[in-house]
Amino acid sequence: MSVHLLYAFAGAGVFTIGLFGMVFMVHLLRKLLAFNLMGSGTFLVLVGLAQHRNGVDPVPQALVLTGIVVAIAATALALVLIRRYFHLTGQVTLEPGSRDDEGHS
Amino acid sequence: MAEDFWLNPWLPLMALATSMVAAVVIFALPEERHGLRTGVNLAASLLKLGLITVMVWGVFQGLEYRLDFTMMPGIEFVLRADPLSMMFAGLSAVLWVLTTAYAVGYLEYSPNRSRFFGFFSLCVASTTGIALAGNLFTFFLFYEMLTLATYPLVVHRGTEKALAAGRTYIIYTLSGGALLLLGMAWLYAETGTLEFTQGGFVEGPLTPSLAIIFALLIAGLGVKAALFPLHGWLPQAMVAPAPVSALLHAVAVVKAGAFGIVRVVNDVFGIEFARDEGLLLPLAWLAAFTITYGSLRALAQQDLKRMLAFSTVSQVSYIVLGLCLASPLGMVGGLVHLLHQGIMKITLFFCAGNYAETLGVHRIDELDGAGRRMPATSIAFTIGAFGMIGVPPLAGFITKWTMGLGALEANMPWVVLVLLVSSVLNAAYFLPVVHRLWFRARERDWPEEVRWGRLETMSWLLWPPVLTAAAVVAIGVLASFQFSPLSWAELLVNREYLP
Amino acid sequence: MMSWLMAGLLFTPLAWAVVSLLVGFRTGRWLSWVGMVLQVGASVALWFAVARESGFYYALGGWQAPLGIELQVDGLALTFVLLTAAVASACGLHAGVYLDPDKPWQRYFWPLFWFLWAGLNAVWLGADLFNLYVGLELITLSAVGLVALGGDAGALRASLRYLLAALVGSMAYLLGVALMYGQFGTLSLAGMSHLAQEYPGLEGAGLAMALMMTGLALKTALFPLHGWLPPAHGIARSPVSALLSALVVKASFFIAARLWLELGPNLGTLALAQLAGVLGALAVLWGSWLACLQPQLKQVVAYSSVAQIGYLFLLFPLTWGVTEAVSQQAQQGMTLQVISHALAKAAMFLAAGNLILSTGSNRVSDLAGVSRFLPFSLFSFGLAGVSLMSLPPTGGFAAKWLLLQASLNSGQWWWTLVLLAGGLLSAAYVFRIYRASFVEHSELDQFYHPPRRLEAIPMMLALMSLGLGLVAEPLLSVMALPFGEGG
Repeated sequence: MSVHLLYAFAGAGVFTIGLFGMVFMVHLLRKLLAFNLMGSGTFLVLVGLAQHRNGVDPVPQALVLTGIVVAIAATALALVLIRRYFHLTGQVTLEPGSRDDEGHS
Repeated sequence: MAEDFWLNPWLPLMALATSMVAAVVIFALPEERHGLRTGVNLAASLLKLGLITVMVWGVFQGLEYRLDFTMMPGIEFVLRADPLSMMFAGLSAVLWVLTTAYAVGYLEYSPNRSRFFGFFSLCVASTTGIALAGNLFTFFLFYEMLTLATYPLVVHRGTEKALAAGRTYIIYTLSGGALLLLGMAWLYAETGTLEFTQGGFVEGPLTPSLAIIFALLIAGLGVKAALFPLHGWLPQAMVAPAPVSALLHAVAVVKAGAFGIVRVVNDVFGIEFARDEGLLLPLAWLAAFTITYGSLRALAQQDLKRMLAFSTVSQVSYIVLGLCLASPLGMVGGLVHLLHQGIMKITLFFCAGNYAETLGVHRIDELDGAGRRMPATSIAFTIGAFGMIGVPPLAGFITKWTMGLGALEANMPWVVLVLLVSSVLNAAYFLPVVHRLWFRARERDWPEEVRWGRLETMSWLLWPPVLTAAAVVAIGVLASFQFSPLSWAELLVNREYLP
Repeated sequence: MMSWLMAGLLFTPLAWAVVSLLVGFRTGRWLSWVGMVLQVGASVALWFAVARESGFYYALGGWQAPLGIELQVDGLALTFVLLTAAVASACGLHAGVYLDPDKPWQRYFWPLFWFLWAGLNAVWLGADLFNLYVGLELITLSAVGLVALGGDAGALRASLRYLLAALVGSMAYLLGVALMYGQFGTLSLAGMSHLAQEYPGLEGAGLAMALMMTGLALKTALFPLHGWLPPAHGIARSPVSALLSALVVKASFFIAARLWLELGPNLGTLALAQLAGVLGALAVLWGSWLACLQPQLKQVVAYSSVAQIGYLFLLFPLTWGVTEAVSQQAQQGMTLQVISHALAKAAMFLAAGNLILSTGSNRVSDLAGVSRFLPFSLFSFGLAGVSLMSLPPTGGFAAKWLLLQASLNSGQWWWTLVLLAGGLLSAAYVFRIYRASFVEHSELDQFYHPPRRLEAIPMMLALMSLGLGLVAEPLLSVMALPFGEGG
């Protein structure tokens, strides 16, 4: 087993842990961290799997760079929403509170 | 030039468009523009009658009007005028004029008239489309449109009962539409065409899937034609205003179903194919059963409109039964009943509406002595009822006589027995009403009497039934005249089917 | 000429997004109306150009793949671009009047709107898996932002739930992309399809395919992964709901469909195809059933989206292991379903928004007696409903007809039952609304008629979806080579 393939498997493991967290964690910030773990895992796979060819492949590097930017944007948006949500309801989970918040159009 | 005019392929589309445009205009008019709305309505219905008359003349001369364009791969939209479509289109055009006039009077002073007349026009547009459809797909298009356009009419009053009736109606008819769609899609997958063809386009031998397709199509159409056991929506839909009931029963909905069955048997499967493969016999039994069943249920009704509704269930199956005889005279009898039943039944419904509007009478046992109070209406009712029973020389007699001869010709004598039993039952539920009208004296006041000057009721309400009753007499007496329904049906059968 | 049009198509949304970020809602509105005109013009011109000549590949800025971005401009992609232009403009025009300019968060509407549009165009035109991912993320993030614009706790909860679900979906998809790249060394869909044909039986690719499909199914809200959709679509402001239901969910489905049609013949299995179909069928039944039970108008429409999305997934069984002709029918049917649902659902949400504006309530039961006032929007709602019930001559019917033919011709008759039952169930929830509007005993005698423009927009959309069935033949002939075989 080459060291690159090891990266790839590690990436898959990290992804799985992240997925687990995303599904089973309740706290919103933990969910967000879990999402970032998933992202890191994916990037590891992306870089790791592709490097076993001759020399360095520039394409995955470029992709990971773009992917990181996208992940940062998503994280930032999620943080804004979570913060605002916490201000409005005082909650850090998605379970519906006691307050009746029926939707307005 | 003259040739071009007669052959004008746009004529069917124009006939369709008159009521469609009328509907849009009426929806656009504000609620309080009653006069203008009535004008638009009557103008459109007269214009349409004119167009249909031109086409009837053209078809009589042997011309064919046809308009088509492709909608989807393999699917065309086809409007076409042939003798059969002219029969149905003519009926709806004539009765639309009368029903519109009647509805104007009937709904005077009631709310939501803009909505009512808009959907009313749409309903007639769909009926015209059904008549002029040149393939099964186009037929289906207008058949579903009819369902949607009649729903607002059925629930028009907005009461709990009307809404419940509307729900029943929509469940029945949309399920029927789904069956029809399935049958149609399957048919297309098997044969690759849907175009109505003289003598049918289905080619034998009869496979099980063809038999299932036939059953699906008949079941889908049978819902609207109120074949037993699919008739449940019809008596419930009686909560609708009288002009709607008149239109539903006499022209639009039930006739659309019956007309569709005629089309499927004649122009899809072909009458000879259907007869020889034994598809028609079960249908004939079902129709015969429905005739008897509807009459028996009508006997037990106390509400006048409900009684008429069950009478419709029974009478519409005459058309199907006549068709299933698959003999020339039998078919003539069935087809001519398409018109005869329409005119007789609309007379009866107009009269029932008059009793309800003028005297507040809805039940049969409240009708005692109504003949003296409303003689013209009651004479019209009596003529309609006698026509239904089959008293010579009225329209109903012509039907029953021709069908009876057809049954003997087709070597199905049991059908004659069905006709006799049905006539006896018709008499059994109509004669007591006629007796009450004329021979019972009035003992109490009318439930809700309204006076309209000199006449027995508003003139908008009075003239339509009088005219249709006169027509019931005329088409019976003048049955051998060249453009009478009977002659037209003979022309149709001789020209198109069973040479 | 062509490159100018392409530049206009891709550049305007991004430029407008950035510029409108700097100004307030009112200025943004004027700016956006100009932008919409540009976008619609460019889309129409390109569509006609491709209809006349043929599709082509377009390398953005002259950079070639793999590091550059290559776009696949064919009849199908441009039809969707055109659809986006029509629906998004309608929603934008509606939103300009419908949204209250003075609410604090509202100024972010236009930037998010334009980012969403840019993402949609990127997905329709994208030719490689990674660019599709970027487009998809752009769509997701702006869509979530738009849902959150509602501003209250409910809207935030819905948008957070939406965001988390969508992010899991994106990550699953991206992992699949990574595995695909590891397997094939390319990201181009066409190249991948070519390689998959040459080397059949690659297990890694099968796993990657499954991962991507799951991720995309989650983003498309396929049953049973649909839980996030109704709250988000139901609670967002009406023009936003219209955008989400009409276009956003279609983007991820579009990617899934392209993957399936390019790679499915080699990497898919019968079980996977039938599983997708069964889930789609369950979505149709379950979504419609829940739509019948919702007390709130917009929730009814939202659950109807869950059901209508279910139809789309019948594409999978109907194109796997069937003859070319059947597959063609299924693809055409699906394309029409996407278009007609987009138009009808947008019309429905906008009309629902108007009705809510009129009655001041989101509850179905508060519609009692509304039909007395002949509200134009109720007509639009009804017409759109006719398309959802797939009655002729609507686009919905044309789609259903083609799907019925495909399932009968491929011997998979059980899908016909789903199609028919779905039609009846959609009639049930649509008629529920009509029924409520016909009730007579209500006390309501005041009725607010929204501005004419608000009412005209859903009507136009509804009429378009109604007329779609009439022009299905010419439209399909432009898309004659569906799902990315052009160029």
